Order: sequence, then C-alpha cells, then structure tokens
Amino acid sequence: MNAQHQVAEIIVEMISSLPQAPREVSLDTNIARDLGLDSLAVMNFVMAIEDRFDVSVPMDKLAEVETIRDLADVITDLKGR
Amino acid sequence: MSILNKFKPLQASYDALRAAGGDPFSVCFDEVLSPSEALSKGKRMILLGTNNYLGLTFDPASIDKAVEAVRAAGTGTTGSRIANGTYGDHAELERRLATFYGRRSAMLFSTGYQANLGILSTIAGRGDHILIDADSHASIYDGCRLGHAEVIRFRHNDPKDLARRLRRLRDVPGDRLIVVEGIYSMLGDTAPLKEIAAVKRDWGAYLLVDEAHSMGVLGSGGRGLSQATGVEDDVDFIVGTFSKSLGAVGGFCVSNLPDFDVLRVACRPYMFTASLPPSVVASVLQALTRIESDSALRDRLHMNANRLYDGLTAEGFILGPQPNPIVSIRMPSTEIAIAFWNALLDAGIYLNLALPPATPDNYPLLRSSVSAAHRPDQIDEAISAITSIGQSLGVIEPPARRAVR
Ligand SMILES: Cc1ncc(COP(=O)(O)O)c(C=O)c1O
Repeated sequence: MNAQHQVAEIIVEMISSLPQAPREVSLDTNIARDLGLDSLAVMNFVMAIEDRFDVSVPMDKLAEVETIRDLADVITDLKGR
Repeated sequence: MSILNKFKPLQASYDALRAAGGDPFSVCFDEVLSPSEALSKGKRMILLGTNNYLGLTFDPASIDKAVEAVRAAGTGTTGSRIANGTYGDHAELERRLATFYGRRSAMLFSTGYQANLGILSTIAGRGDHILIDADSHASIYDGCRLGHAEVIRFRHNDPKDLARRLRRLRDVPGDRLIVVEGIYSMLGDTAPLKEIAAVKRDWGAYLLVDEAHSMGVLGSGGRGLSQATGVEDDVDFIVGTFSKSLGAVGGFCVSNLPDFDVLRVACRPYMFTASLPPSVVASVLQALTRIESDSALRDRLHMNANRLYDGLTAEGFILGPQPNPIVSIRMPSTEIAIAFWNALLDAGIYLNLALPPATPDNYPLLRSSVSAAHRPDQIDEAISAITSIGQSLGVIEPPARRAVR
C-alpha cells in the first residue's frame, strides 16, 4: 500500500465517524458538498486531520482541495517533505 | 446568463433576510445626534453598535481642529503619500503615534483594513510563513491573500496549537509572523498575549497585534492589550485604526524595527492610494492627545461595558467570555436572531446582527459595542428592551420560571 493510499484510508475512517457522514465515503467524496459541511466545519475537520498527521495545511493548498483524494494528496505531499 | 450569476445563492439568502423585516446591511441614519443617538426613519435610536468606544466623534476639540484644517489645507490631498499626499500633519501624526507607543517608526494608511492589507502582504514574502488566529478579521485574511507567504491558521486563542504548528515548521527556512488581535471583534474576547509572546520567543518568530478594538480601550495608557499584558517589548508590529476609539477613519502600523521605513517604498496599499484628508489627520491628532491625557474616559467606558455585560448576564443571556466593550449575545438560531434584531430596531435600539459563517462557533450573534458616551439610563433602557424581547422570543426564560429555580 502506498503512502497516499494509507493517508486516504485514515481520512475516510475519520470522516465515517462524523455524525453527518453519508453511508458511502470514497476518494471522490466532495468534502464540502457531500458531507454538508459549511466552511467553518470544514476548517474544524481539517484541523483534526492536521493533528492526526502532525502537519499544517497552508490556506492556498486547502483552497484547492475538493475531494478526499485531493486532501490525501496534500497531506501525503506535506508528510513527504 | 450574466457575469453576476455566480451570486444567485447569495442573492437568495440576502432576499430571505430582507423578507424578515429591516435590512441589516442598509440601515440608514438620517441624522446622527450624538455618539449615542441617531434618527432613522424619523425614529430616535440608541446607538449600541458603532465601535465608538470613547465617544469622540463629537468631541468639540477634535471638531475644531478638523474645521481649522479643512479651511487651512482643503478638503483632500488628491494624492498618495509617495507623491503629493504628505503634508506636515501626516508626518506629525506618524511621529505622535510612534511616541505614543514608544517605538521608532509609524506609517499611516487610509483605513485599518488597508493597514493590514499593506503590512501583511509586504513584510512576509515568498518562503515566509504567516500564522494567523482562525477567528481573524477579514482584513487579516485578505492581507494574507494579497502576499506571497504561506498562511497557516491556528485554533482561536490556543497558544499550544500555535506552538505545535511552529514546531512542524522547525526545519523549514524563512521567517515566521504570528498575527493576533487585541480584542476579537465578534465575541469581545482578548488574546492570551502573554502566552503567545512566550511561544513567539521560543520559536524566534515575529509578532503582530491588531489592536483595532483595544487601542484606547485596554492598558493604563490606552496602548491596548500589549500594554495591559505587559508584553509590549515582544510585539514587533502593532496595527490599529482611527475608526473606532479615535472616532475618525484611517489606519496605522508602528514598529521598532530599524529598517521599517523602507516599507514606504515597498508597500503597495500605502503607495497607491490617496492619503488621509487634512481634517481627519487633525481630528485624530487631537483625539490621540485626549486618550493619552484622559483616563477617566476609559474608566467610564468599562463601567458602561460592565453594566451591560452584568445586566444581560443576570437576565440569563449567553454572552462572550469576558466583560469588554464588545458585548455579544448568542442567539439560538438565525431566524430568532433576525427577528430579535428587527424587534430591537422597532424598540429604538441599534446594534449589529452577525450571522454565520462570519461568527465563531456557528452561532448567530447580536453584537453590541458600548461607548464611554452612553449614559447609564441608556444602557438600562437597552437591557430592559433586550430582556423583554428575549423573553417573548424564548431566548431566555420569563422571570417567573427563573425565580423558582
Ligand atoms: C480587527 C480589525 N482589524 C481591522 C479593522 C479595519 O479597520 P477599518 O475600519 O479602519 O478599516 C477592523 C474593523 O473594521 C477590525 O475589527
């Protein structure tokens, strides 16, 4: 399993435990739209993910994140630095 | 199809808001009678949401100075600071601000918003990191977006989270700039500045404090939270505004860094906009003298703030965590917040309606700001109007139910 895949799995697991999570969460799940999160909730969720992986996602990178795959890519990239 | 189609969802929520009564974004005061009262649609209103902390907008000495200046130097400078827009008084106000804060240099900006835009986008460059509190004002977010540094948010008022994020950057080159506010504009809570200054020292970062709501309000000399918490030496940059306690318009940044003045030829929001008009500069010079010399004004402000905070707390409202001149009441829902705000307008009380996502914690707020110019009976009138509307909307329990508890 590559690093990106492992990160994605953990993120999916964390999302699935959110109260508003849809039944099916995949790499293509859109974080804001499919999870019904507003911008503040997205931020809180991202902060939890940041703690889990011990990284900080800069705001310009976060702005480009739409799906769980995007987020996993950003986190993997930050961890690999 | 139109280029404005992207605003359809925003238009829809704005329309819904307006359908509920008055439009909180277009309240118009036909006549402002004093720092604490105005006429709107022929009705007398108590102004309880104007950031006019010291009530200096009608200070006779400031008005006289402004009138003198407009007669002597004209209505506007018609140019930027680096061209024809620097008059003797602009330079004088910069010297006075530097002296007030005990710093080497000061730069004026045309608004506080532009001060943040200019300073944040310029002092942190490519390869640097800006660490901002998640609840920062829009001007801080926008200043970060205008520049080229990487921007990282830390949890509101959480020095441990800030330290964690600085630790994650330990092997990354470049400078770090921490940005916090003295008093946060939504809930009126202050930053834990002593702890944040300690983190700053530990990690060799720079620290900027936006004292927009705390200048003239906190600290024995009115120098804001930095003074009140005794960490002025740790604060590398103070940003502030003339649009609140000083009762005018304009912004500034002061610093002790030796080369600070180079920003005058590097900082675009300073260079490419017209400078403040002479009348404003003159009234601010006078207002600054007043806040330096008249600490009774500050005492009166805090007396009024405590009166409102304690009064509303006693009635059972949920407020911000600290009694400060910003007193925000938590609303259970957007619908109730809108109805509450409209009912207060009808009752002759003006304050600010703040809706998510512009609020922390996702709760709508009724945000009030107290002034030294309020009379105690105006505060009491506001408390009683807020209480009776709060009871009828079910935000607080009626007195009978509370008494038996
Ligand atoms: C924290 C903070 N910074 C900056 C500003 C901007 O100030 P100004 O109104 O002078 O543009 C404000 C208020 O609007 C503020 O609340």
